[in-house]
Amino acid sequence: MSHVLMDPATTIPQAQSGSTPTPAPAGTPPLAVEMRGLSAWYGTHQVLQSIDLDIAANRVCALIGPSGCGKSTLLRWLNRMNDTIAGARASGRLSLHGLDLLDRALDVVDLRRRVGMVFQKPNPFPKSIFDNVAFGPRLHRAYGRTDLEELVEQSLRASALWEEVKDRLKKSALSLSGGQQQRLCIARAIAVDPEVLLMDEPCSALDPRSTASIEELIRELRENYTIIIVTHNMPQASRVSDTTAFFDEGKLIESGDPDTLFTTPRERRTEDYVSGRFG
Amino acid sequence: MTTIGQEIPIATRRRKDKLMLAACLGATTLAVTVLSVLLLSIFVQGASSLSWSFLTSFASRKPAQAGILSPLMGSLWVCAICALVAIPVGIATAIYLEEYARRSRLRNFIQLNISNLSGVPSIVYGILALAAFGRCFGAISADDPLSLGDPDGFFYLQLPFGRSVLAGGLTLSLVILPIMIIAAQEALRAVPPSLRQAALALGSTRWQMVWKVTLPSAMPTMMTGAILSMSRAIGEAAPLLVVGGVLLLFSVPENLMSDFTVLPLQIYNWAGRPQAEFHKIAAAAIIVQLAVLLAFNAVAIIIRRKLQRPLQS
Repeated sequence: MSHVLMDPATTIPQAQSGSTPTPAPAGTPPLAVEMRGLSAWYGTHQVLQSIDLDIAANRVCALIGPSGCGKSTLLRWLNRMNDTIAGARASGRLSLHGLDLLDRALDVVDLRRRVGMVFQKPNPFPKSIFDNVAFGPRLHRAYGRTDLEELVEQSLRASALWEEVKDRLKKSALSLSGGQQQRLCIARAIAVDPEVLLMDEPCSALDPRSTASIEELIRELRENYTIIIVTHNMPQASRVSDTTAFFDEGKLIESGDPDTLFTTPRERRTEDYVSGRFG
Repeated sequence: MTTIGQEIPIATRRRKDKLMLAACLGATTLAVTVLSVLLLSIFVQGASSLSWSFLTSFASRKPAQAGILSPLMGSLWVCAICALVAIPVGIATAIYLEEYARRSRLRNFIQLNISNLSGVPSIVYGILALAAFGRCFGAISADDPLSLGDPDGFFYLQLPFGRSVLAGGLTLSLVILPIMIIAAQEALRAVPPSLRQAALALGSTRWQMVWKVTLPSAMPTMMTGAILSMSRAIGEAAPLLVVGGVLLLFSVPENLMSDFTVLPLQIYNWAGRPQAEFHKIAAAAIIVQLAVLLAFNAVAIIIRRKLQRPLQS
């Protein structure tokens, strides 16, 4: 396995908000997320068992595996959404640019500004398109009208939705199609300029054409964001990801380059899963 | 195909369907008929007494000259105070219980008590309020009250509240608070959790989530609950009788410490007299009470429409 073990002292210090990670020498991109012996529970039920995984900055990492294998739980620890679930706990090490994400004293409100999330089902607010995108920025800063308009336009352009909605920003977000709603949710997430974007099966409620546009978007977004995507769609994982990690029964079975993982997996279980023999 | 079980003939099922339809229709007809007869008899009895002077005159020993100015204004004052206290407190409590409180035994205990309190007879609240608001549990003597402001002006307060319109309004707010809390909780629960998650995932604090997402979505339903609660408040007589609503009053409230009476008390007073003329004006007062109630509901519907419009595409 290609898990780079790093001395904690040499890990990149907590990045200033909004700054891009410093470019690393070719071949070894800087790490965004580091997991060492990460285990997680809901009550007494152990969902993750001692996960060791590194996720490089400005890359797309796909998490695949059968339902209940713990991949969504992993995602929800990265922005501490698990805090809202009674009985959720974790041990081990999980850090984002050196910041300990399992620290009880961590300010989750600030963390979630740095780690955006896109959910399985598009969940726009019952507000206008403009107000949806402006929602995040308004939480954190006071903006002038023109600044906000510019930010909304940038975010909608980045999520490839601008051309379709620029004439109806005041219309309800619920008037958009499913695929447009999901791109709006992506625009909403990137409007606060996060470092990491978590996506929990973002295409599972969408038709093939919308799925294709979201996948294209993911490829573009990796320029500026570290993307971690959970998906059940294996062709999608191989199309969009730079690294694919296969989980089963709470364990990380195998991770690496998607071409290798899907064609010549090292583990038997991975082979069974990717060839459709189970899961 | 293997058949398991015995077939129920379609004719039997259809017969049962028709039977149940007849039963439900019968129940509806019964309810509507009884209500209609009630309303009709009140209108027949009271309509002739309705006039502008009926609305603008004080009570009188002569039924022909009696009016409902005092109780009408008293009802409006009491309900306004009650709404100003019970609606914000009720909504805030619901927000705490639904959005902040962790699922704990304490929370369940509070919840159980709120549910129970909504079923407590309102006169019990009247007795409690008399002790608390009316007499301050005897901590401050009514002969030597603490007062603030000018007794003849609008801004005047004194402790204990005694038989004042403020005491009446607070009493009614106690009566409807459990109903208001439960209605507001239901409204909050109806907001999809996915919207809360979206707000939190963008870095909202709990309060930002509540203020910008949950409350706006829940508001229309909350307003319905508020109106239902207020409808209950405006019809209450018993607790106000205990707290000190006056049965015969010749003035209109001028400040929070004024004496008061309300429509249900006036109706109770007139309906209890032996003369048929008083029964007539009691019926007229009931019509006015119904009109006020209808106006309340109309306002609620308008507010709800207004709030819902931006949510639709």
